[in-house]
Amino acid sequence: MTTLTPVLSRNWDRADSFTLAAYRENGGYEALRKALTMQPDAIVDLVKASGLRGRGGAGFPTGMKWGFLPKDNPKPRYLVVNADESEPGTCKDMPLLLANPHALVEGIAIASYAINSHQAFVYVRGEVLHVIRRLRHAVAEAYEAGLLGKDILGSGFDLDVVVHAGAGAYICGEETALLDSLEGYRGQPRLKPPFPAVAGLYASPTVVNNVESIASVPSIVANGAEWFSSMGTEKSAGFGFFSLSGHVKRPGQYEAPLGVTLRELLDMAGGIRDGHRLKFWTPGGSSTPIFTEEHIDIPLDFESVGAAGSMLGTRALQIFDETTSVVRVVRGWIEFYAHESCGKCTPCREGNSWMVQVLRRIEAGKGTQEDIDTLLDICDNLLGRSFCALGDGATSSVTSAIKYFREEFTAGTHTPAWELFPYQRTTRWANESVEEDA
Amino acid sequence: MSTPQTPDSSGIFSGENRARLEMDAKEIISRYPKPRSALLPLLHLVQSEEGYVSNEGIAFCAEQLGLTTAEVTAVATFYTMYKRRPVGEYHVGVCTNPLCAVMGGDEIFAALKEHLGLENDETTEDGKISLEHLECNAACDFAPVVMVNWEFFDNQTPESAKKLVDDLRLGKDVKPTRGPDRLCTWKQASRVLAGFDDGRAAEGPQAGEASLAGLRLARERGWQAPDPAATAAKADEEGTK
Ligand SMILES: Cc1cc2nc3c(=O)[nH]c(=O)nc-3n(C[C@H](O)[C@H](O)[C@H](O)COP(=O)(O)O)c2cc1C
Ligand code: SF4
Ligand code: FES
Repeated sequence: MTTLTPVLSRNWDRADSFTLAAYRENGGYEALRKALTMQPDAIVDLVKASGLRGRGGAGFPTGMKWGFLPKDNPKPRYLVVNADESEPGTCKDMPLLLANPHALVEGIAIASYAINSHQAFVYVRGEVLHVIRRLRHAVAEAYEAGLLGKDILGSGFDLDVVVHAGAGAYICGEETALLDSLEGYRGQPRLKPPFPAVAGLYASPTVVNNVESIASVPSIVANGAEWFSSMGTEKSAGFGFFSLSGHVKRPGQYEAPLGVTLRELLDMAGGIRDGHRLKFWTPGGSSTPIFTEEHIDIPLDFESVGAAGSMLGTRALQIFDETTSVVRVVRGWIEFYAHESCGKCTPCREGNSWMVQVLRRIEAGKGTQEDIDTLLDICDNLLGRSFCALGDGATSSVTSAIKYFREEFTAGTHTPAWELFPYQRTTRWANESVEEDA
Repeated sequence: MSTPQTPDSSGIFSGENRARLEMDAKEIISRYPKPRSALLPLLHLVQSEEGYVSNEGIAFCAEQLGLTTAEVTAVATFYTMYKRRPVGEYHVGVCTNPLCAVMGGDEIFAALKEHLGLENDETTEDGKISLEHLECNAACDFAPVVMVNWEFFDNQTPESAKKLVDDLRLGKDVKPTRGPDRLCTWKQASRVLAGFDDGRAAEGPQAGEASLAGLRLARERGWQAPDPAATAAKADEEGTK
């Protein structure tokens, strides 16, 4: 049986968890003190040895990414933390920053020292005012305590950190679009290569990492690579947040070793809401192909989820029970991709808005016999042909939903989804009104 | 319902007020290695003055950075948080991304539209409330979610959301679920986004109930991450094998 392993969430139940004092009481900034006595390369090696892989969705090995920075480039180096968190279903970085921003700040100091950067940025989505306040407050506290700024803890290492608020655009989570946005342009993806490690922010060597990736680093420095890799699986080491939302009894953040299953997590979350059963779910946000009841025992690690035809993504487990129309949900997600497409490339810009039309028709029971094929054709044109992973991700829910629930799309040729699956039955309060009636 | 008349910007970007804003702009620009990186915060700054990004606001940003107004306009129109028309003192966003929609966000949005007599992206005549539907706001475990001036109002219902906007219109103090003790105005919120502290970071709870679900269970069952001493010992053992 897998049990939970609270590390980043360990102190969240104390009211002052976000303060420097509380963080330090739990050993906070001791890892930074230790790191500053190490050779920078030794920290990179330690993070490599831990097996930490990016927590922002793609799972790229973090230590290896740091190691890619060219040694001979004289330009300044930058660390940019991706706190854009906008992938539908993903809701881990914001509560982490609200409750425990110092874990990120300490991680930034260690990572910057390891890659020899003296300027770090945190790009936070703008629509989360209090998260931004908390993060800025933590940065200010750290400066005051000599944990950021000049000559950190007497080590001679200098680091400045700027918290930068975005302005509402999902695409700015894509790392090169984020860099364009941080440079003051429209957030549109750049052609790769060159990768950010070689030419990132201001065409300088840059590491872009997710909040949770960087916040995990202090625990690795403090407790060792073996400690980290004693959790999780061989290729998917360590712990991570599994964010349960939707039709479960106790939605929320569950910090567990990678490789935990949905069955185990559902058990911890009290199961599907009363009187209902699981229908479909996303393992890692709306850009990852959906799963069904048959996937409930798949270990939620990068390899196993991939082998089963989806992606671990951001471990955003959006859970839908049998009252939910899959057509309605997919239509909503594609409206999202159509809205968020940056417009740079045709397959994504045109394909998504076309899919919206088709899906709205199917949802309204006015679909045609050809509509399913049309959708699959558009996805075919998008997948692998779009300029960035937003376009690829848009196809995930469409093709997987048709694969597992084709009959619901076919039913859309004659019956509206809201008749097959009355929408008032899905709400959070639907069960209460049933109980009150009874 | 109509949008209020576009107010006159002339006083905001001239005289003493302009001098004050130029000081703010300098401070923002100084945070970055290259001035143009200051454009997003500068747009938040001009929005904090007028409640939206006017042509005069765009011209102000352009002048601070030595850009053309066309360059600034291209950026301002790319991002959904910059409003090109005045919004309400309280900007209400209802998440209708599928997870929230299914959990009741669609019903909440419909109820607010009817209650306020507004369509998406419209503002009440008194200028108090504007309404917009949002994409996922990273609070899915608190679905359905409503944001007011970018503060979290978790686990809403149509009734709670209607009461919320009524209270806002009546000028009652309203407290976000995970936010400061009192809601600030749209303009004040924009100023925080531009990078000016309002001193309220320590207010409000550290975490909501859903954020604590896993930790509470772990405490109940005595679950913890492995003891570092034990894994270090094990590694030593394996090393000598
Ligand atoms: C459309 C799109 C949106 C993304 N949004 C985010 C995001 O909000 N946060 C994030 O960390 N990564 C996001 N990513 C992934 C980033 O491009 C990048 O892989 C990640 O920040 C690297 O950090 P990591 O290696 O620590 O995971 C997104 C990617 C795409 C294509
Ligand atoms: S795939 Fe979509 S989001 Fe990505 S570059 Fe093309 S249009 Fe922009
Ligand atoms: S879907 Fe509404 S907050 Fe994520």
